[in-house]
Amino acid sequence: MLVYALVAGLLFGLYFSLVGIGLNLVFGVMRIVNLAHGDFLMLGAFIAVGVSALAALDPLFAVPLAFVVFVLVGLVLYRLLVPRLQGSVNPEMLSIILFFGLSQVIEALTTIAFGTSERSIDSSELGAILAPLRTALFGGDADGPVELFGQSFPASWAISATVSVIAIGLVYVYLYRTRLGTLTRAVMSRRDEAFATGINVDRVSAAAFGIGLGLAAVAGVFAPFMFGSVTPAFGEDATVTSFAVVVLGSLGNPLGTALGGVVYGISYMLVQTYLSSWADLLPYVLLILILLLRPSGLLGRRVRVA
Amino acid sequence: MPSAIRHLLFIVVPLLVVFAILPGVYENHLMLFNFVVFLILAQGVNVIYGFTGYLPFGYVGFFGSGAYGFAMMVMHAHASAPVAVIAAGLAGMLIGLLLTPLLRLSGAYFAIANLASSLAVLHFVANPALEDITRGPYGVSLTATFNPEAAYWAALVVLALTLGVVVYLKNSRFGLALQAVREDPVSAGMAGVNVVRMRVAAWLASALIAGLAGGVYAWYVSVFFPDNVFSGTFSIFAIVFALFGGVATIIGPIVGVLILYGVYNLIGFTTPQYFQLIYGLLIMGLVLFLPAGLVSLVTRRGRHVP
Repeated sequence: MLVYALVAGLLFGLYFSLVGIGLNLVFGVMRIVNLAHGDFLMLGAFIAVGVSALAALDPLFAVPLAFVVFVLVGLVLYRLLVPRLQGSVNPEMLSIILFFGLSQVIEALTTIAFGTSERSIDSSELGAILAPLRTALFGGDADGPVELFGQSFPASWAISATVSVIAIGLVYVYLYRTRLGTLTRAVMSRRDEAFATGINVDRVSAAAFGIGLGLAAVAGVFAPFMFGSVTPAFGEDATVTSFAVVVLGSLGNPLGTALGGVVYGISYMLVQTYLSSWADLLPYVLLILILLLRPSGLLGRRVRVA
Repeated sequence: MPSAIRHLLFIVVPLLVVFAILPGVYENHLMLFNFVVFLILAQGVNVIYGFTGYLPFGYVGFFGSGAYGFAMMVMHAHASAPVAVIAAGLAGMLIGLLLTPLLRLSGAYFAIANLASSLAVLHFVANPALEDITRGPYGVSLTATFNPEAAYWAALVVLALTLGVVVYLKNSRFGLALQAVREDPVSAGMAGVNVVRMRVAAWLASALIAGLAGGVYAWYVSVFFPDNVFSGTFSIFAIVFALFGGVATIIGPIVGVLILYGVYNLIGFTTPQYFQLIYGLLIMGLVLFLPAGLVSLVTRRGRHVP
């Protein structure tokens, strides 16, 4: 049971890292609290449902689609919302309210379009295209569960975790191996100095915003498999979970979010296994404890003096 | 005439008189009661956000604690309703006291931690393991104290106290000191303001107000579930109402509640998703085009607004 909880926690944790990483990027670069983050996850999940139900394709095809669509959505939203917001007196606080409004709009529009019923996808559809590869590598049944450390897990969990690792790796490559990524890190550490050295802060921020939303949507593609089903109201819980993950890891550092996700996932599974009635409480308590005990260490700068 | 007395005579007294007369001429008492509750909560948000700059995104935590404080006093101590309302205020304050360490956090961190703490209190109260104490997720029923009329008057008393606090803040050295701390804690500290004590006092006052509001709410409705009294809607509405009118004024939150909650009741509940859409758009428009609230339309012309 312990091994099961640990491995399941690791798989979930890697996935949670992907859930949180977009939020981390947006907050790190723009100091904007994207309270609509979970709603973009929800929209990604609806793209997956659409790809699977309408086009009868492997939901994995929804990954590039969701990413491209939401990068573009992010660029447009950035132009519409952010410059105006950053001209106001207290952008960090007002962003919370602004994006809360956005999350309401998204949830309402999705409800109007698709209704409130729960959507799910048959988990055997995910990765069907990889089935020959899988049988060749690991042998065994193409539809069955995956064996890890003598425990069997749904194949969809393993696929979600794998895609998460790849996505986080790509974010790392973007931030540390490309020019735009280097500029992004410059803006993260000192916005005004980056501006003074002639970096086009607006362009860098817009890119980060787009990529942040794109990553949220990609994480959303796997939400129907990891959480069973999604509804338009799914976004709110997803946002709080993402915050817990981001705050656990260190801010502005993708590897930190990966760590945060894994710690979160494993502790979630352990509590779920041994103290199930208190499992709901975990993300919140963990979030508060981390904020109080290690605010500067895990969260970067900007902690009040008094 | 000192301005404090002017504020009491021309703003507070007329408002209270109107809400004292209205039940006699208007049928929908529940709606009037909700107006009073939101007036209290919006002013409570005003005390903490308007005067200190901390955005209490989990303000409902105090409200719900108050409601459950009331319920536990009635269920376990068989207290009379007025005593239980006072206990409710103390319950809100107790949670506030527990959360004072959160004041070390700044900006968005505070708002997120506060949101998480309200959800933590909700999941704690709603835990089936505590059924003997809080009735867990099954809700409480307080038929012994059921008396909506008395509860309405109690709500008016709480509103009067709350408005008294705001008038005091608006006209006292203490209120000025708080605003100085909000603008620049370091300079305020240098000028001899005890920054930490000021903040904690405003925080506890705000928690007390929400706790009392929760108490009268529990008294009025007498049957409720954890999800009702810890609903994030209370926090959001209170914040949006206060912001819409304009914080750090006496009249702003009042105007905000009367207009927005009035609109809320006019649009009606027939199609919640359309309502949610309009509300979300309204919130976004507010942040983008009128971030300092309705009163800024007047103050922009150089006139003072109480």
